[in-house]
Amino acid sequence: MTDSKNNVVLHVADVKKNFGGLKALSDIDLQVEEGETHAIIGPNGAGKSTLLNVIIGQIPPSSGAVVFDGTVVTGKAPHEINQLGISRVFQTPQIFPDLPVIHNVMAAAFARRDGAFRVNMFRSVASEGEMREKAEAILNDVGLYDRREGHAGALSRGDKRRLELAMCLIQKPRLLLLDEPTAGMSRHDTNKTIDLLKKIKSRGATKVIIEHDMHVVFSLADRISVLAQGRIIASGKPAEIKDDPRVREAYLGSAVE
Amino acid sequence: MFALSRKELMHLGIFAAVVLTMPIWLTPFGAAYPGLMQSFAIYAIFAIGFNILFGLTGYLSFGHAAFLGVGSYTAVWSFKLLTMNVIPAILLAVVVAGIFSLVIGFFSLRRSGIYFSILTLAFAQMCYSLAYSVLTPITNGETGLLLARNDPRVLDAMFGTQAAGAGLPMPTLMGMTVTAYTGFYLCALVLILSFYVSQKIFASPFGLALKGIRSNQTRMKYTGFDPRPYTLAAFVISGMFAGLAGALLSVTDPIAGTERMQWTESGNVVLMTILGGVGTLFGPVLGAWLIKYFENIFSAINEKILHNVFSFLPDGLENVFVAILSKFVGEGWHLTLGLMFVLVVVFLPGGIVEGSQRLIRYWRRGSAKAPRSLEAQPAE
Repeated sequence: MTDSKNNVVLHVADVKKNFGGLKALSDIDLQVEEGETHAIIGPNGAGKSTLLNVIIGQIPPSSGAVVFDGTVVTGKAPHEINQLGISRVFQTPQIFPDLPVIHNVMAAAFARRDGAFRVNMFRSVASEGEMREKAEAILNDVGLYDRREGHAGALSRGDKRRLELAMCLIQKPRLLLLDEPTAGMSRHDTNKTIDLLKKIKSRGATKVIIEHDMHVVFSLADRISVLAQGRIIASGKPAEIKDDPRVREAYLGSAVE
Repeated sequence: MFALSRKELMHLGIFAAVVLTMPIWLTPFGAAYPGLMQSFAIYAIFAIGFNILFGLTGYLSFGHAAFLGVGSYTAVWSFKLLTMNVIPAILLAVVVAGIFSLVIGFFSLRRSGIYFSILTLAFAQMCYSLAYSVLTPITNGETGLLLARNDPRVLDAMFGTQAAGAGLPMPTLMGMTVTAYTGFYLCALVLILSFYVSQKIFASPFGLALKGIRSNQTRMKYTGFDPRPYTLAAFVISGMFAGLAGALLSVTDPIAGTERMQWTESGNVVLMTILGGVGTLFGPVLGAWLIKYFENIFSAINEKILHNVFSFLPDGLENVFVAILSKFVGEGWHLTLGLMFVLVVVFLPGGIVEGSQRLIRYWRRGSAKAPRSLEAQPAE
């Protein structure tokens, strides 16, 4: 991947976030390029989740701005940010537990097709054959095809997360934010998720991924930014990050040989 | 666009048959008189509309009586000022109730949960108080809004269809006077139409979005839906249904009183929906029928009737039975309803509909003899 030629999709520009006296984020400057998988790692309390929440519009930054594809998204409502093309997978899976799995995915597809609000009450979900096929294809990709008619609330935690990922993927987001997509998963499920994320990578979606699991990070990331105490202390290719003494000191320790 | 799936069509057909044959199957229950059947149909419409808000989005309104009342008053005013024809009265009532619900919904939906419920209750009680006091020129306060012989009825006068006979004019439908049975069949047809609209909404992407709001608002927002216009649309639609029900109350009995706006009416529709089954198509209708049946039939049972029923028992035993049961009928019908409500909420959170589904499943398992695992219930 050539560094400077690619289009910058997401630019987090000089973002600061203070919670009272606590500096959660200071002078964060981050550029994510089209098509890359950018991992944000760091020890607990480094500000990873805060950064993600600022990007997605859940919490406003104290100063600075987030620019997505030339549009300032700071201050926009979450649904507006989604409609611009950013989808998010949460750390605790956020799905529609009362609805059938297939309707979870179809709802996400309708949001992309119909926009933030549309009263189309004389159509029928059952007659949306094309949407259903797309949803089924995505569910097949994430391995939930056989469970498509069951209630989403009855899925295991790992399956809920895959469902949430399917809901994001059907929206064909320009940017996909993943908040610890393998947290709480078994090794087997983690590997399945890694394979899945590699598969969608070939389709060219840009991803920002927050992750604890170094195995996941080094299998997926094109670039890594290391966050410690609210600052980015290093940013670069996985190989560079691995060898960076500051990173070793701050975070990796002896975990990576 | 207006088509239904085969299964939905079957449901609609069954529903229409049940509603239209009410005069037959209600006879053994002693409830087959037009006045009661009209109220069965009307309150079922009210509950169907309420369920579109409460059942789909989960927003619990305690103020829907306001829209019922607004619909009633609008219909009577249409009779007084425009024409005795019921169609303009119904349409106007729906529109005016829609405008009211737009305003009340706009403010109430800024909050959710209990705060939303309290806001709707406050708005409805405000409407009630206004109707009772300040707005007496419009609502005729405590007496209720009545027709008068010398009302202008502009349209009727223009077309020369002003009834010339003695006494008060009656509402008409395409030249027919709306009497007891025409009134019932009119309400029945509107009920079937309402059921159809509710089916369409439940099955549509719009309905799916409303269910999403009930299920997980966070996911809704981050999936790109703006929940507020969706909830407002659901609120207005259900307010319009309430206005429609209110108009039909005035059509079958052209007098509108403040009691229709009282909070107890709002509470009743909540009870109907929960008793029958929140978020199901048939539930609210069943709930409405059950409550109206209790209100009118159970409340009419007195000790004398009970003595007749238990006359086969020895005297002492008969007196004991009558003494106990009389507390649950007549004036005490609220007690029975209350107990039933408690039992349903505790043991059948899905209402009567869930109860019957369980029975059917139990019966099927029993006949198949092969134990199948229970369908997993979603947590909370």
